[in-house]
Amino acid sequence: MNVLKTAALGAATAALMGTTAMADGHACAITDGRINIVGNEFPAIQSVAAAALECASGVDAKANLTSEHQTINVAGMSGNPAEYTSAIIANSSIVSLINEDVIRPLDDLVAEYGADIPARQLITIDGKVMAVAFMANAQHLVYRGDVLEQIGMDVPTSYEEVLAAAEKIRAMGIMENPVGGAYAAGWNLAEEFVNMYLGTGGAFFEPGTANVSINNAQGVESLEMMKALAAYMNPDYLTHDSNATNAEWEAGNVALMNMWGSRTASLMDDEGAAMEVYSNTVAGGPLTVGDSGNAASTLWWDGWTVAKNISDEEAAATFQALAHATSPALLNDETMSQAVWLMDGFESQPVNEGVLATVAAGASPYPMLPFMGLLHTAAGDNIADFLQGNESAEQALMDIEAAYTASAKEQGFLQ
Amino acid sequence: MKHSTFFWFVLPSAFLMVLFIALPIVSIVMQSLYTSHEQVLEIVESCGPFGCTEETSINQEATQALQAAEPLGKFAGLDVYKDRNHLAFAEIASAWVNADGLPDFGRTLMNLPFYSALVFTLVYTFIVTPLTIILGFFIAVAVNSVAKALKGPTIFLTLLPFIVTPLVGSLAIFWMVDARGILGNGLQWLANDPNLSVKASTPLMWIMLMFYGVWHSAPFAFVVFYAGLQTVNTDSLEAAMIDGANRWERIRYVVIPHLFPLVTFVALIQLMDNFRVFEPIISFAAQAHATSLSIAIFNDLGGETRLLSSAAATSVLTIIGIGILLSPVLVRTYRDFSKPS
Repeated sequence: MNVLKTAALGAATAALMGTTAMADGHACAITDGRINIVGNEFPAIQSVAAAALECASGVDAKANLTSEHQTINVAGMSGNPAEYTSAIIANSSIVSLINEDVIRPLDDLVAEYGADIPARQLITIDGKVMAVAFMANAQHLVYRGDVLEQIGMDVPTSYEEVLAAAEKIRAMGIMENPVGGAYAAGWNLAEEFVNMYLGTGGAFFEPGTANVSINNAQGVESLEMMKALAAYMNPDYLTHDSNATNAEWEAGNVALMNMWGSRTASLMDDEGAAMEVYSNTVAGGPLTVGDSGNAASTLWWDGWTVAKNISDEEAAATFQALAHATSPALLNDETMSQAVWLMDGFESQPVNEGVLATVAAGASPYPMLPFMGLLHTAAGDNIADFLQGNESAEQALMDIEAAYTASAKEQGFLQ
Repeated sequence: MKHSTFFWFVLPSAFLMVLFIALPIVSIVMQSLYTSHEQVLEIVESCGPFGCTEETSINQEATQALQAAEPLGKFAGLDVYKDRNHLAFAEIASAWVNADGLPDFGRTLMNLPFYSALVFTLVYTFIVTPLTIILGFFIAVAVNSVAKALKGPTIFLTLLPFIVTPLVGSLAIFWMVDARGILGNGLQWLANDPNLSVKASTPLMWIMLMFYGVWHSAPFAFVVFYAGLQTVNTDSLEAAMIDGANRWERIRYVVIPHLFPLVTFVALIQLMDNFRVFEPIISFAAQAHATSLSIAIFNDLGGETRLLSSAAATSVLTIIGIGILLSPVLVRTYRDFSKPS
C-alpha cells in the first residue's frame, strides 16, 4: 500500500542516483513516427506534454490538452489509424479505454525502451502493463492557518470538526460561508460522494458483481454530511467546480475545503490572491467522517497510455518520448512542486504534504471497475435533488441505484 | 419547371440531405434498438503505485468474440426506450398504482430523468417561443419607425444578442447574475436578502434560462418581421388611415394579417430550436436545476462510459417530440399551399 510513501521518503537516495540518471539524459531524439497526445489540462500534465514534444521536435508531434479530454479520447483512439497515439489518463478514465480496447499492452515496449522505469510506475492489469503512471493525486483538507488561529481551534481531522470550526467562524463573523468544495452537479459532486461514502466504510457493489448497493446507512450518512457541509458553503455551490472553488478560496471567502492536491501549488503561490490568503494557505491531511476512521478521500494516479490502432513505429516514438518526459529528467525547480511525482528524484514540497498524508492515512484508490463510471454519472445526476431539499436521502440513493441499474443493463454489465 | 430540370436541380441537395440527415437518423434508430453484449467479467490482479488489488475487469477476448459474432450488439427491441432512464413504463405503472393522489404521482414523474427533462423542455419551448415572436414583432415595428439616419446602428445593436455566440452570451449573463456579480448583487439588495442567489434557486434559474432564450432569439424574429414590414402595402395603410384607424388598429388589422405567414415560419424555426435547448444550461451550469433532452444526450455521451444506445433512444424521442410539436404548423402550411388559388 505504501510503496509511494517509501518512495517519497527514500527520495534522498533516489536523488543521488537521479543525478547519474539525468546525466545520461536518455538521449531522446526521435527521428521516426508520429506523436499526438490527448490529456487533461493542469500544470503537471502541461510539463509532461511539453517535455515529450521537445523530444520529438524532428517529427510530427502534437498535444491536445483540455479539461474535456474524456469526451474525445475514446473517439480519437477508436479509428484505425488512431488520431491520438497516446492518452494521458487517470485511474478512473483508463477503464473506458480498456473497455473499448483502444490501448495496447506495453510489455514489449517496456522491455525494449523502458528498462529504467521503476516498477511502481507501471500499471499492470492481469499481468500486462497498460499504462505508466507519473504522478499521484488525492483530495485533502486545505485550510487557512490564520483563521483557525483566530478562532482558537486545532486543524480539523474529521468532517465533524470542520463543521464545528465552520460554525465558529460564521458565529464570530469572520466569514459568512467558510467551507468550500467542488460540489458542481455532475462529475464533481459525485466525486465528493465517492470520497465520503468510502470514508464511512461503505462498499459500492456487492463483492464480485456489478450489483450496486449504496442505499444503506453509510449512504445516508454520507449524504447527510454533504448536506451539513453545504449549509456552510456559498449558496451557488452546485455550480462550483474545482476552478470556481479555487477562485472563492483565492478571493479569501473560504477557510476550509477539501481540494485536489494537484491544485494546492496554485493556491499557495502569490498569483491571484492577497498575501494574507496565500501565505496562510496550508495543505492538511485527509478528513474522516463518523467513527469509521477511514480517510474520506480516494487516491488517484495520472499516467500515459499508447494507442492500439497505430503502427509499431508510432507506438515506439510515443513510448520513448513519454518515457523520457516522465523520467527524472523532468524534475527541476519549477516542476518539482507541480505534483507528487512518482519518478526517482522527487523531493516532497510543502504543497505536496496533503497528498502524501492521504496516502499515508491508507485511503483507498478510486475503484478501477469497468462499471464504476456508470455509477459515478448516476450519482452526479441525482444528488443535487437531495441537497436542495427536494427529496429524502433514501430517495436520492434509490434514484442513483435505479439510474445505474438501467445503464448497466444497457451496457451488458447486468442482465 | 420540367420534371427532369427539377430533378437535376434538387439532386445535389437531396443527396447531401440523405447523406447527412437521413442516414444518420437511420443509424440512431438502429443503435437505439441494440444494446451492448453481455460483458464477460473476470477478476484480475491490478497493480499500481498504491499497491495491488483484485479488481473486476472485462475479459476482452471473450467479449470481442461476442462482438464479432453480432457486430451490432444484442437486439433489445424497445427495451432501452422502456427503461427507467427513458420512458420508464414500469416505474410509471407502479407509481400510478401506488401514488397518493395526483400531486404525489407528479412528484414521482418529475423524479424520473426523462420526464423532468421533458417538462423543462416543453415549458421552455412554450414560454420562449411566443415571447420571442411578440418581442421580435414589437422591436421590428419600433425599429421601422426610427429616423432613417439612426436605423443602421439600431438594427446592428438589436441584432447583437443573436450575433454573439450563445456560449459567450450566456456566460456573460451568468457572471452578471452570480451572487457576487452586478445583477446578482443588485437583486440581493432589492430583495434585501443576502442569501438570495439566482444560481441556487430552481425557479429563478428557470426564469433566467427563459429570459436568456428570449434575449438570444428575439433578434431572429425581429429580422424576419422587419423584412416583412418593408412589403406591407402602403395603399392599404393609407386607406385604413383615411377610414380613421389609429396606429394600433392599423397594426392589428393590416400589418399582422400581412405578416401572419412569417409568424408561422418563425414559430416553426423557434419550436425546433427551443425544443433542443442546450447551450444555456451548460453555460449557466444549471444542470442541478434544469435538464433538457439535449442535456440528457450530452450526459450519456460525455460520461466515462459512453451510453450510445441510451443517447440514440433519447435522440429518436427528441425527433418524435419535434414532429408532434410541428405537426399543427405543418398541417396548416400544407393546407395553405394546397388550396386552389
